[in-house]
This record gives sequence, structure tokens and C-alpha cells, in this order.
Amino acid sequence: MTASSITNPPDLRARPSWRATKNTILMTAMGGAVVLVAIPLIAVLWSVVSRGIVMTFAQFPAFFTEAIPVVSRRPGPGMGPAILGTLLVTGGATVIAVPLGILGAVYLHEYGQSGTFARLVRFMSTVMTGVPSVVMGLFVYLTWTLAFGYSAFGGALALACLMLPVVIGSTEQMLKLVPPQLREAAYALGTTKSRTILTVVLPAALPGIVSGSLLAIARAAGETAPLLFAVGAATAYNPHLFSEANTALSVQIFGNANSSFPAAQERAWAAALTLVLLTFIVTLVARTFTARLALKR
Amino acid sequence: MIATVEPPRPPPQGQRILVDRKAAAQVPDTPVVFDCENVEVFYGTFRAVRGVTLKIQANQITAFIGPSGCGKTTVLRSLNRMHDVIPGARVAGKVRYHGVDLYAPEVSATEVRRRIGMVFQKPNPFPKSIYDNIAFGPRVNGISGKADLDVIVEKSLRSAALWDEVKDRLKNSALGMSGGQQQRLCIARTVAVEPEVVLMDEPCSALDPIATARIEELMRELKSRFTIVIVTHNMQQAARCSDRTAFFTTEVDSKNDRRTGTLVEYDQTSKIFSAPSDERTENYITGRFG
Repeated sequence: MTASSITNPPDLRARPSWRATKNTILMTAMGGAVVLVAIPLIAVLWSVVSRGIVMTFAQFPAFFTEAIPVVSRRPGPGMGPAILGTLLVTGGATVIAVPLGILGAVYLHEYGQSGTFARLVRFMSTVMTGVPSVVMGLFVYLTWTLAFGYSAFGGALALACLMLPVVIGSTEQMLKLVPPQLREAAYALGTTKSRTILTVVLPAALPGIVSGSLLAIARAAGETAPLLFAVGAATAYNPHLFSEANTALSVQIFGNANSSFPAAQERAWAAALTLVLLTFIVTLVARTFTARLALKR
Repeated sequence: MIATVEPPRPPPQGQRILVDRKAAAQVPDTPVVFDCENVEVFYGTFRAVRGVTLKIQANQITAFIGPSGCGKTTVLRSLNRMHDVIPGARVAGKVRYHGVDLYAPEVSATEVRRRIGMVFQKPNPFPKSIYDNIAFGPRVNGISGKADLDVIVEKSLRSAALWDEVKDRLKNSALGMSGGQQQRLCIARTVAVEPEVVLMDEPCSALDPIATARIEELMRELKSRFTIVIVTHNMQQAARCSDRTAFFTTEVDSKNDRRTGTLVEYDQTSKIFSAPSDERTENYITGRFG
């Protein structure tokens, strides 16, 4: 064989094939799925923004600061107490559930592993994920509210019960993703197990843990049913965490949307927009904070 | 089981690796650091390694060579109790460190690893800054003063011949460095806790020849301060830089097809590469292995 024996250049153009057709079909299907998923999301956002924006920002910042009108047919702004209530209830739930959930996940993944107790806890946590929120509200009503009355803290307890299994599950997944080589590196320097977890494993998993916790917080912030049992529906500001009926945005949305008065319905839409914005802001702040912690390459 | 992927690159058939006999013949008789007696390592019920008896001496470079799966890395990890973190792994026989049984019940693995550091096959810097990577070990050992840490970081990076390359970006992430730099960072990190022994598990297998040469040069420099044990697939590397060489191989049990690694021969490197006393060693180093 000599070099001159190659006379025709090879044909390197793509040939029509079933593989290429399959590729086109599946790519189209995937694109369709993306659109299908995006439609409800955009529709929800659009309806909330279009119907809520006037009331929310008309006499800025009145809607965010004024008390809720006691007579619900009276038009005009005011969701201040509900914003404070949501912050108190969700914040309280976060303070209870996130540290507890992270500690639980550290136990499950680093210490319990596949032991009997760890498997029991993991199973219970999975079962807890499936408990309807209204049942969780009822549970807190029986064990806390009947004894101590309505309070923001009761709502925080109920939401914490809902968040806990989510935080445990997502944190354990994140711990699994930390490369074993990092642990070995720490051990080889004479580091104890607890110190390795605190200074190597948890920092490496932090962004994922924050994401999982944020998802849990966002879900909890929108919960209504358990709060109806445990928090009550006040219309005035109540800055106390442990006493007196309080309120929350989700409860106000529920109550006002059920009302037959247009003024109340308008407030419900505005409260919905406020809740979306609140969740958005919290997510944004937490993400910025985590990005700050992570090093630039 | 710790498996290594790349095959050994034997020299052409029948060709010997040249060793400077005059220099190598003078391996001094320094104090014994490790005294291994009939060491066996099990993963569950599987015996991965058996019959390892050897003495590792201070301020020398001891190389472990042999084909893949022969238990070199497994034996290396038994020297600083890295098997403790693998569920089911167990070490039998005696591993004595300055006469103390490393596997005695009162011995703390953490304390052992503080004195016997390890550099791994794949560079594994923490996802932290270069400075924090080096300062990690000293901090764990209770050194927290900024001035003290600054001194340790500079000294360690200089030991690893890395200082001039990174002195202006100590606050940058270690993950942004090249592979060779990362491995030298890992060596600097190990050196920073001032161990007595540095175990190296194929430290150059992920590096190019230039980076490999730098690490070998570094090992020769560090020899005066540390005892070094290195696992390598590269026989030239063992011949170039080690004082003593242990050759391991795999024995296959014909009854159940189970493979167990074992120590064949342990001697001065010049002897192993010029006049091995075991036929299996001879076959391996001349490339007739198989």
C-alpha cells in the first residue's frame, strides 16, 4: 500500500439514520416537557403579580406596615402583622428544625450508618415526610395549643415537624457526596473524627445543605393548615413568640380569599405576592451568603 | 480493596535497570522505625495480604514495588492505621513502631497518624485556601497564633519547593492549582505537622514526568528530616530514589482462585535491581513477569 492508493476522499457527512431520528424526537419531547413544567409556574406568577401588584405597592409601604383591617369588607392596605407573624413562625421553625436536622443527618451518615437504630430513624424520617401537614397541625394542637393556647411558637413547632425530615434527607444526601479522599486527608493529619466532620465534611457540604434547608423553609412558609390550629388569626401586631394568637401570610391569604368582599380578596392577592417576594428575598440572601463563604477558584 | 489501575511499565526484555552500585552499597544502618512481623490484612473474611515481615529504617526511602493487586498499598496503609476507617478491614500480626505495637488496644489511631503522615495517590487538597490547607494540621494540633502559623506555612511550602510559586496567592483556593502543585501542596500539608514518617501511596502516578522529577528531588531532600515509605508502580522510580526496596507479588490459590499479596524479597535497592535472590523478583524487574 502506498500513499497514492487513496484516490477518493472519505465521505464524513452524517448519514440519515434511525439514531438521528430518535435524537430529534427525544430532544423535542424534552423541550416540550420543559415548556409543560414552565406553564403552571409562569401562570401562577402572572396571576399573583397582575392581581396583587396594585394593592401591594399602591401606597408603599403601607401594605407592609399597617395592621389588618378588623372589618374585612373595608378596603385598603395592611398585612404588617401577618408579615411579622410569618417571619416569627417560619424563623422559629427554622431555628428548631435546621440545626436538629443537620445533627440528625450527621448522626445517620457519620455514626449510625447502617446500624439498626440509624435504619429505624431513617425509616421514621421517611414516614414523617409523608404525614399530611394538617395532621401535623392537629398533633401540635393536641400536645401544645390545648395546654398553652395560641402562639407563634405553636405554629413554629408544627412547621418544624414538617421541615425536619426534609432537612435530614437532603443533608444526608449532601454528606454522601463529600469525597472520601477529603476525610482520609484529614485523618492522615491526625485529626479526630468529630473535628474532621466539623472542619472538613460540613464545610464541603455546606452549599448543598443550605439549598436543602431553603427548600424546606420555602415550603413551610406557605403552609396554612397547621397554622390555623396552632397560631389563630389575629389582626393586630403581636411580637411575642410564646403568647397570644398571632397570624401569618398564608393564614390571611386563606381567610381573605374565602371572603365574599372584593376588598378582602384584593388583600389576599397582595398577601400572596408578598409571600412570594419574601421567599424570594430569603433565598437570595442565603445564596449570596453561601457564595461568599465558598472560595473563588 | 484498594486497586491500582495502571499496569507496570517493565523495561525491555532482559534489560536491567542500572543502579549506581557504589553509592547504593553504602546504605547506612539507621535505627529501626517499623518492625513488621508476619503482617496480614483482611477485608472481611478475605485475606488480602499475608506474610509481610520487614524492618523499615529511619531517614531512608523504602520503596514497595510489585504488580497491581499485590497488596503494596494495603501494607502501607497498615503502617498508620488508615484501615481503621474502612468497615471490615482488620490487621493481624505485629506492626511495631519504635517497639510499640501500633494495634495495641490503648494506642490511639489519631495519635499514630499525627506522627505518621500520608500522601495519597490522587492529590486531595481541601476545598480551602492554600494557606488554610497547610495550617489545617497545625491548627488541629492546637497552634492558633497567626504569627506561628505564618512561619509554619512558609517553612512547609519551602520544604515542598512550592513557596515561590504560590507566595502571592496564599488566599486563593488550592483547587485552582495544577496537579503537580496540588500534590506538592499535599506533601507540604503533611510536612506541616512535623511527622516522623511520611507514607506515600504512588504520589506521582497522576503526574507528568517533570512534576514527577520534582517530587523525587523533594523526597531526597526530605529524607534527612523524615523516614519515607513509598509505594510505586514505576520501577525506575524505585531504583532512582529508594535506599531499600520490598518486592511484593500475588499468589493465586488454585482451589478457590483467591488472590493474596505477599512479600517476596526485601533488601537494599542496589541488590534487588542487580542481584535479586528470588526468581520472581528477577522476572519482574527484567520484564519477564507474567
